[in-house]
Amino acid sequence: MTQNAPHALLREKEGLGIWEHRGKVAIAGIGHSPADRRWDGNLETSLGAYALIAAQRALDDAGITADDVDGIVASPNGMGAPWAPREYFAQPYDSEDGLSGVSADWIIKQMGLKHIKYAVHHNDINPMMAVAAQSVGDGLAHTILVVRAVGNMPGRYAQKRANTVSGPSQWTDVWGFWGMAQQGYTFNQYCTRYGRSLDGMAPLAVNLRRNGLMFPEGYYAQKKAEPLTAEEYLNSPWVNEPIRMHDCDIPIQAVAAYVVTTAERARDMKQKPVYFLNHCFQGGMIRSSAQTLDECEASCDQLVRKLLGGAGITIEEVDVFNPYDGFITFVQYYLEAFGWHGVKRGEAHDFYGEDIRVEGPHPLMSSGGNLGNGRSRCWHWTDSVQQLQGRAGARQIRDKAEIAVVGLGGVMAAAGSWAVLSNRPDNERSGTAGTDSKD
Amino acid sequence: MPKPSPVPDALSKPFWDACNEERLVMQTCAQCDWMQYPPREKCTKCGSADHLEWHPVSGRGRISGYCVQHDSRIASLKEDQPFNLAIVELEDHPEIKMFSHLPGTPVGKVPVGGRVHLEFEVTPATGQKVPEWRVVQ
Repeated sequence: MTQNAPHALLREKEGLGIWEHRGKVAIAGIGHSPADRRWDGNLETSLGAYALIAAQRALDDAGITADDVDGIVASPNGMGAPWAPREYFAQPYDSEDGLSGVSADWIIKQMGLKHIKYAVHHNDINPMMAVAAQSVGDGLAHTILVVRAVGNMPGRYAQKRANTVSGPSQWTDVWGFWGMAQQGYTFNQYCTRYGRSLDGMAPLAVNLRRNGLMFPEGYYAQKKAEPLTAEEYLNSPWVNEPIRMHDCDIPIQAVAAYVVTTAERARDMKQKPVYFLNHCFQGGMIRSSAQTLDECEASCDQLVRKLLGGAGITIEEVDVFNPYDGFITFVQYYLEAFGWHGVKRGEAHDFYGEDIRVEGPHPLMSSGGNLGNGRSRCWHWTDSVQQLQGRAGARQIRDKAEIAVVGLGGVMAAAGSWAVLSNRPDNERSGTAGTDSKD
Repeated sequence: MPKPSPVPDALSKPFWDACNEERLVMQTCAQCDWMQYPPREKCTKCGSADHLEWHPVSGRGRISGYCVQHDSRIASLKEDQPFNLAIVELEDHPEIKMFSHLPGTPVGKVPVGGRVHLEFEVTPATGQKVPEWRVVQ
């Protein structure tokens, strides 16, 4: 039975210095399944079936076979509701594994992976990728298949019908506090402090959908190819005022897989390697039961120091910026803390009003994020890798694409795992480096 | 508003027992004078597990901010949607944040920065009392 990866694999402390494996680990393959709004109950479209599709496509993309893989990182937590209490199916669908989540063990068995010597779990794509990068760097495996399956069952999920609450929920559910309420609280503080309004995010929401419609693997591009207008965004119903429906990513059923390997091996694979310059983990900075804007901003600042410091780069070197956007309100905190394209505290909404299209000078979140593609949290990775490889298609940013920042948060801003990627193994910029044989 | 009832455990029982006596107590580390809420197994400042005590605090607070819930995940709260969900900070310990539906305050008319006073509300499932806050007129 596969165990969770030890937290020590994630770089959480501040002041660790340059990552010891910078430029020595690479992403060499990407694979996506189709994306659906919900599971329709057919085994051909189950999360397990989609995991096998995505995993095989990642191997094909890298130009390797299952026999070349010696490690796997997966997550049995599919984020959506469980299939039970509904009746299970025949093997291999006789448990939740393969239906509401997909474990490493399930993938190993169904794909017939024969050479796995290292298998671990984590709960979401960014820490999974960080664990894979650190593990390859540490020599625990040389070629890791990362498979992130995110499910969505029929009906609503996370609805709580019990009239009693226990455990950590006793401090929140009594009043109905949860992540969206946290975002509403912080965002109201933001608007008060910087004199902003709720409408300032409309240009970002519109552009994220626009970018998503240029992402062939995304939910909207596949199943609901409709642009989002500012009017539609502004008129979408409140879920948790000031958070609207279109401020939240839409739950979907989709799987993404990646091949993470040594830089040396990646150079012999099919695609241009994309190198890890750093990864880091940021815990949620919170003193009591709700994160204040001060805590949010301080936490984001610490994240920036850890992430860029460990990569040995400055924000001015970052061409592709794909921060987390489970709620759209996250983006402004990250954008302002990183200071990408010179944005300072309180200026994010002004920046959204500039030309943030991929064709323009400020291609913010070229992935379209979760808002533009649905909640899998993998788009940021795929887009960043494709941008650095020059194969992002219609989304390809027009300026150079050499270094990318990929983020995943949590209920609170900055509480998550982040990475810096580069199309070169060091941070020497174009014209001064040139070690990549596929350039 | 029919809130779900919290089920006390070993860690939280002193807090909820005090609520049933209409007293608000906060977990405090006697070693480093650190107050924390929600309670934890260890002091989040010095790490001590052996010096955590429960100290009474005043029933005065201030509204730090709020949102309005239109689609709660909690079934028993849905019938009162939309409702205010405020974050209240203790007047004497503003670092401590608690939640409130602000009974008596119209939806969306929350006086951020305004003073509130403590009261207790019975939750219907078990009769457990929980803290609530009302705007000081």
